[in-house]
Amino acid sequence: MSEASEVKISRLGRFWTLLAFGATFAAGAWCQSRGFFEFAMHNPDEIWRLTKQHIHLIVTAGGITVCLGVPLGVLVTRGFMRRYKEVTLNFLGICQTVPSLAIIAIAMGFMGIGVKTAIFGLVVYSVLPIIRNTAAGLTEVSPALLDAGRGMGMTPWQILAKVEIPNALYIILAGIRTSIVVMVGTAAVAFLIGGGGLGDLIFTGIGLVDTGIMLAGAVPTALLAIIFNWLLSMVERLIISKGVLRE
Amino acid sequence: MIELQRVTKIYPGSEHPAVDGVSLTVPEGEICIFIGPSGCGKTTLMRMINRLLPISSGKILMGGENILEMDPIKLRRGIGYVIQQIGLFPNMTVRENIAVVPKLLGWDKKKRDNRVDELLNLVGLSPEVFRSRYPSELSGGQAQRVGVARAMAADPPYMLMDEPFGAIDPINRSILQDEFLKIQEKLKKTIIFVTHDIDEAIKLGDKICLLKDGRLEQFGTPEKLLVSPRNEFVKDFVGSDRTLKRLTLLKVRDAMLKDPVHCHMDDPAADVIEHMERENLHYLLVVNGDNKLKGYVTRRDLADYHGPVGNLVHPMTLTVRPGLNLKDALSKMLQYDLGIVCVIDEEGRLIGALNSQTLVATVGITYDEKGGHWGKIVSGGKVL
Repeated sequence: MSEASEVKISRLGRFWTLLAFGATFAAGAWCQSRGFFEFAMHNPDEIWRLTKQHIHLIVTAGGITVCLGVPLGVLVTRGFMRRYKEVTLNFLGICQTVPSLAIIAIAMGFMGIGVKTAIFGLVVYSVLPIIRNTAAGLTEVSPALLDAGRGMGMTPWQILAKVEIPNALYIILAGIRTSIVVMVGTAAVAFLIGGGGLGDLIFTGIGLVDTGIMLAGAVPTALLAIIFNWLLSMVERLIISKGVLRE
Repeated sequence: MIELQRVTKIYPGSEHPAVDGVSLTVPEGEICIFIGPSGCGKTTLMRMINRLLPISSGKILMGGENILEMDPIKLRRGIGYVIQQIGLFPNMTVRENIAVVPKLLGWDKKKRDNRVDELLNLVGLSPEVFRSRYPSELSGGQAQRVGVARAMAADPPYMLMDEPFGAIDPINRSILQDEFLKIQEKLKKTIIFVTHDIDEAIKLGDKICLLKDGRLEQFGTPEKLLVSPRNEFVKDFVGSDRTLKRLTLLKVRDAMLKDPVHCHMDDPAADVIEHMERENLHYLLVVNGDNKLKGYVTRRDLADYHGPVGNLVHPMTLTVRPGLNLKDALSKMLQYDLGIVCVIDEEGRLIGALNSQTLVATVGITYDEKGGHWGKIVSGGKVL
């Protein structure tokens, strides 16, 4: 029990550290230019509307990414694909080096502008780490467990659902969390192709050389990243078996 | 009953078969050990029985049914499976691990939970303490007990065990082996047990199947392999100390001298000492009216004493039961530096005695096969 509560404390500790860091940053920004609070106080509805748009982007793109990435990650580790696993993962790794802006630009080329294109771009960009982590997590599962499961008369699906995924969940969810937190930042780019979101304020601020407006977009974005990170770590704690966490 | 008929396994791309035409029959309720040096095909042979590996040619029958005609998933659910790495699922508690196969078979929760507690008791783990633990909170020995319990969960008539005690320290291994034998005595499963440890094979096996390069070198009882190895390889494999190894197979009751000389507590010392002098005995065992062993007297103590010998009895340092194996008995004799050790039954009655001569005679008997081995030992029951 003590181990479990230590884990809890260190997690909470990390959360507060991040929050404190964010607060310091915001305070520093405030010292430099009071424009942020002035703008925020005059336009709370605008910030809130864009934040909701941003959240909508993340939730939709994140949902699609997970629904796509995890099954693809499972697929590359199945028997018939295992031979090509290294090749596939290396290929995905190379794809990952293409900048997010480029992906969104390419997507715009054939899908036009709008939320759909933005979501498409975000999904393509974020799905790769999830596939990689899922595949890595599943590969890590000890062959002895698979042998035991098979020898006991589990079907391949039962082995996947009851043995492989639960024991790889830690790594799979870590991949999902990283991907989504990064996505919160990347989603700011969506504004450039008419996807809306807090990028609206950030890029307007940059355009007008108005730090206040820029911060009105950046600070909520940072807070969103922290909140998503915290929410997902809560999900991890809820669904990962204690037996796996302790190892 | 498990029957292998000319079972052969050739891995693709390999010229030599990993298992080459092995035929043998494991009778109902017996433990059959597959043993041999690394790469001899013992694990391959075992894994063909639950179809984890396909058979290249030959046939395997379980209870008279060809396993190739059975659904592999159903077949495996009817065979308990224990592996060296134990393979407990870390994401599941002990209870969930044990209940895996019952759950696959669709047992309801209450039946599963009862079965889990029953099995934990059987393997010597307290259900209250262990059922909610995770595998990471178990020691190696505890984990393998759970592994064995899990294999027996749905009460399968057959079990396959691949070096189950191989990764456990020698002390715990020996304890687990003893407990395993006790459980097997009760449950009478038909078991295939893979090991590379000849001592384990001799201790646990009803039959031993010795393999080399995929070929069956000898199949028979441990006794048979030790007493009449079929060729040089078998002889080398069982070891130059095969005579000593037979000690594990023999029981104290096979070697003890029945009804050793003794006297009664109430016998007068003078008569007893006279007899001891006549027979040149330095020590004599003493029993009470119920023939219960009280201890021994020495000739020196009795000198010039006139009461009953009962007053001068020294208690015995060590006694053994007739069911103990000779290896443990001998080791106890050496440990306590005793020339003789008394054999008593559950009631404490004297039924025999064991000394180094009787031991040697018993182990040697099957080698010269001449018999007539009690010659030099003093026998004859009560002296007065």
